[in-house]
Amino acid sequence: MRKGQYRFVAGFLVVPVALYMVFVIWPYIQTFGYSLTDWKGQSQEFSFVGLDNYTTLFKDDVFMGAIWHNILFLIFIPAITILLALFFAFMLNAGGRGRAGGVAGVAGSGFYKIVYFFPQVLSLAILAVLFGAVYRSDSGGMLNGVLIKLGLVDEGTPVEWLNEPNMVLWALMAVVVWHGVGFYLVLFSAAMQSIPRDIYEAALIDGASRAHTFFRITLPLLWDSVQTAWVYLGIAAMDMFILVTTMTSGDYGGGPDHHSEVMATVMMRNFLLYGKSGYACAMGVIMLLLTLIVSVVTLRATRRERIEF
Amino acid sequence: MSAPIKESAPPAPPAVRKAPARPGDERSEGVVLNVFSHGFLALWALLIVLPLLWLVLSSFKTDAQIGGSAFGWPENWDLGVFSRAWDKGIGDYFVNTVIVLIFSVPLTMLFGSMAAYVLARYRFWGNRFLYYFFVAGAMFPVFLALVPLFFMVKRLDMLNTYQGLILVYVAYSMPFTVFFMHAFFRTLPTAVFEAAILDGASHSRAFFQVMLPMAKPGLLSVGIFNTLGQWNQFILPTVLMQPQSGDDPERYVLTQGLIQLQQQQGYASDLPVLFAGVTIAMIPMLVVYLSFQRQVQAGLTSATLK
Repeated sequence: MRKGQYRFVAGFLVVPVALYMVFVIWPYIQTFGYSLTDWKGQSQEFSFVGLDNYTTLFKDDVFMGAIWHNILFLIFIPAITILLALFFAFMLNAGGRGRAGGVAGVAGSGFYKIVYFFPQVLSLAILAVLFGAVYRSDSGGMLNGVLIKLGLVDEGTPVEWLNEPNMVLWALMAVVVWHGVGFYLVLFSAAMQSIPRDIYEAALIDGASRAHTFFRITLPLLWDSVQTAWVYLGIAAMDMFILVTTMTSGDYGGGPDHHSEVMATVMMRNFLLYGKSGYACAMGVIMLLLTLIVSVVTLRATRRERIEF
Repeated sequence: MSAPIKESAPPAPPAVRKAPARPGDERSEGVVLNVFSHGFLALWALLIVLPLLWLVLSSFKTDAQIGGSAFGWPENWDLGVFSRAWDKGIGDYFVNTVIVLIFSVPLTMLFGSMAAYVLARYRFWGNRFLYYFFVAGAMFPVFLALVPLFFMVKRLDMLNTYQGLILVYVAYSMPFTVFFMHAFFRTLPTAVFEAAILDGASHSRAFFQVMLPMAKPGLLSVGIFNTLGQWNQFILPTVLMQPQSGDDPERYVLTQGLIQLQQQQGYASDLPVLFAGVTIAMIPMLVVYLSFQRQVQAGLTSATLK
């Protein structure tokens, strides 16, 4: 019996563990090794160069600029997305008519949730095509078309959303926010609904206004979800590969003139275009380190006393 | 936890205010706020829906119309653009994606639940370690693995093959699948399992015929999550599914193919076809989403609750 059980356990584990080892864990480990070599990827010949790749990397202006752009994304994407999602979630769950004492949701909140969440199921490739058309730099683009109609933009000089060095990062951020708000709204909304109603009622009897209720009750009780959202959006901000590579100009994106470059696009260009495998691996390691730092710092910086209810 | 907030809450006593309240103030605040919140909510809903509708509409226009003005209705509602898009590659990309997912999603669910089940319900040496070993994979960005992964798949002679992509998808879906199904199998009652064993079922039979059917709700959520994730995957196919030589056929998946079509626009502009392609790619997602709306939202948001 006991022996049979071990055979069963091993039998069930062997395929998943083997697949996972070969395609996930082993490549992760190898990356660290390759990052210390000058491997070009074409042959199996390479030599150990120590930390040379890393020192080159820190002198690589393109990569350093890319890190800076990732940091900008890291600051703005979570802040804007979470604020909007919290605002809408509060509106949906507590923005209803006053007669219900400020704790009722608006009519049709189910419908809003369905609509808001929909972008989340679309692939980023679809978003890239969609927003490529929205940001088109002539009157055929949705944004320019609207602005020209409103008379805010001259037809002869439409806005080059994705080709203007000062504009491109914001244009990309808008896409991420558009994509993410619905998801975090559903997340926060579920958390809000698990807050007992008596708490709100008690607050109302004590004369709390809506703003008070939000900042003194809802937000503290939602803090766990907000924290999770912050970590996830932070990790997404460190990536950004698909949107940048597909929406901006240049090989693997990053244009105009490296103004929208992120770490992932520099890495993919070095790997797939220049064939600098070892160098690309070093970038992968830096991406991992920065991502881990972001998660740890976010978790620590947003730590609050956990409130049980 | 007590009752959740429902939309139809009973009336609560009016708030006591410091400012002298005029009669009717209470109600008008409610109305203003209601208009205000509905206004913002409706505005964002429009911001979501309008670009999507506009894109679908644009696929019926001609190239000249698309370039000319963002407004204006298509002149004729010709569905031919969809078949043109299908022939121009979208059909192949669609079929490729479906072929990969037909194998990768069931295999992910099978292997993921097998591992999760054993880890959740059997005590053996190294159990905890293996669990964290699986779950830790979700922590790392996929970029960390890309370069060696490419050469690993190359060494296995599986670049630009369905089986290569399928295996890689299965492997990269393991962390979330194991994590979620592990939690799910823990909640299942043991009594049914013990009864099955007493009746002489083997361990694997108890798993396939008793435990797995009981885990259906979990399997559905995780299955939808994996389907969406693998359908939308872009980075892995970009690296692994490039033709390896002149006579190696293209086996692009849909996401990759759409981007390919978009990047060809510079040479031979046929935007209606591109937009029709996007519409074709959106339809399955829309159908899945609308029919499993609750599970999709639950499945995707529960992924963040690690």
